[in-house]
Amino acid sequence: MDTPVNKKKLSLKEKYSYLTRDLAWEPSYQKKEDLFPYATYEGIKVHDWEKWEDPFRLTMDAYWKYQAEKERKFYAIIDAFAQNNGHLKITDARYLSALKIFLQAISPGEYAAHKGFARAGREFPGVGPQVACQMQAIDEIRHAQTQIHAMSNYNKFYSGFHAFADQRDRIWYTSVARSFFDDAMSAGPFEFMIAIGFSFEYVLTNLLFVPFMSGAAYNGDMSTVTFGFSAQSDEARHMTLGLECIKFMLEQDPANVEIVQKWIDKWFWRGFRVLGLVSTMMDYMLPKRVMSWREAWDIYGEENGGALFNDLARYGIRPPKGWKDAGEAVDHMSHQFMLALYQWNFGTAFHSWIPSDEDMDWLSKKYPDTFDKYYRPRWEHIKKMDEAGTPFNNFGLAKLCQTCQLPTVFSEPGDPSSLCHRETEYKGETYQFCSDHCCDIFKEEPEKFIQAWLPMPALFQAPLNGDLEAWMEWACLENGSDNGDFKGSHDQVSFQKWREMTTSN
Amino acid sequence: MSTVFIAFQTNEETRPVIEAIELDNPSATVHQEPAMVKIDAPDELVIRRETIEDQIGREYDLQELQVNLITMSGHLTEDEDTFTLSWK
Repeated sequence: MDTPVNKKKLSLKEKYSYLTRDLAWEPSYQKKEDLFPYATYEGIKVHDWEKWEDPFRLTMDAYWKYQAEKERKFYAIIDAFAQNNGHLKITDARYLSALKIFLQAISPGEYAAHKGFARAGREFPGVGPQVACQMQAIDEIRHAQTQIHAMSNYNKFYSGFHAFADQRDRIWYTSVARSFFDDAMSAGPFEFMIAIGFSFEYVLTNLLFVPFMSGAAYNGDMSTVTFGFSAQSDEARHMTLGLECIKFMLEQDPANVEIVQKWIDKWFWRGFRVLGLVSTMMDYMLPKRVMSWREAWDIYGEENGGALFNDLARYGIRPPKGWKDAGEAVDHMSHQFMLALYQWNFGTAFHSWIPSDEDMDWLSKKYPDTFDKYYRPRWEHIKKMDEAGTPFNNFGLAKLCQTCQLPTVFSEPGDPSSLCHRETEYKGETYQFCSDHCCDIFKEEPEKFIQAWLPMPALFQAPLNGDLEAWMEWACLENGSDNGDFKGSHDQVSFQKWREMTTSN
Repeated sequence: MSTVFIAFQTNEETRPVIEAIELDNPSATVHQEPAMVKIDAPDELVIRRETIEDQIGREYDLQELQVNLITMSGHLTEDEDTFTLSWK
């Protein structure tokens, strides 16, 4: 019989070292710069990859163990949801609009992030970030899959869920999120990490997921709470990776500070624009609301972002250039964007509606300085038009921002009554922008942004040639079912009918 | 002073963890939100393995926290015994 040997259990630090650092090797028959051709062109100088620290010290064996546990929890609840008519337990079918936007614009972004991290993991020469990016790549594809799977239950009963993959590439509001990820994925590995790991995950993801999941919990949507929390349990790790990456760049070489600052300026504003969609969801689309967009911004933007930038000041980093304008825009953006979504609702694969009197009172209370003064009168006017049988639809199309791809519907900083619009010329073409910040981003990289695919020009090109019906067909948008006012929609009628059936015979 | 925070799903696994955090961090504030518990603390928050083990009566691996974690803020330092968030 063998004599049992008491092996000392490895410490977390030792285990991490064996299962990450020890997996690396020095190339012997290829040059390092040939193996990692994209590691230097962005100008980031790295002297010692060993300095990269992963504070979570998660190794692959522990990763699989905990991820498997998350999946088991997730599928147990998704099964229960389907078995118990979960699609009828939500507060109201209006709530579904928020979910449709999520599925059309955000879930494909998770898939894009998966591809991006798989690539970044291949391109970084250090083994620390290689392993962390590999885990995050697997996380992101899991998020896309669990979200699509959870929402497929709603697709059996309601409109607007059936064509998210095509719509992500073809509809105007989804192209906002698409262009954000396309921009990040076509950047170098370091900029990608600032874009997704730092700006999106660390600074902005709380504003997307936390209110969204609390909103789902408030509105009886068990499946979304489940996929949201399952995804969010990975996000804490992603945030830590983003913060680690930025600290690593800043500590490696003082010359990196200027490059990193430029990326922070760019990606904060890019992310803030994507969040415009979330602001409408929080302020307008939840039948039972959790907090206003302004309140969420105060906690997760102002306070948390403020703490972060205070901390980074020791490296010579200042808050992003658009920080102040963002803080001001928060009192306006959800209203301005929701008015846009409503007036173009023939072209949205979700429903919108005129806020009720009760909704408007809530908005007055949450936005005491702006709602009654600037936005209530517009909604009242639209309501009158609707009552007169001439609902307000705008068949003209707004100029699209060449950078963030939002229609130029936002107001001038400091003057909520005038439209903010910028344009610039490049190689004989005129380009439109929603803000100074988007215009500046373009001017830094015009050759990149002139290649952007924009949804409005696509409508006017062959073979659509401006034909709205042909565009709807191409965008897989079923006219009269997926789009338009919530009032009288299939979703409203079916939900009401089925709900009545659950409480009577 | 800057606030650090951590948030967990509200469930049976996190209840004793939150009690342990309250014991170890007298200056922390616990907010019960829909389906979620968010704990704020000035500058630093420490989670100790031993205190959690005392609460649940079994051995605990701090990496188990990750299953129910929602979000956090601050720099993280982790070893076998402690999980610390701080603004240094």
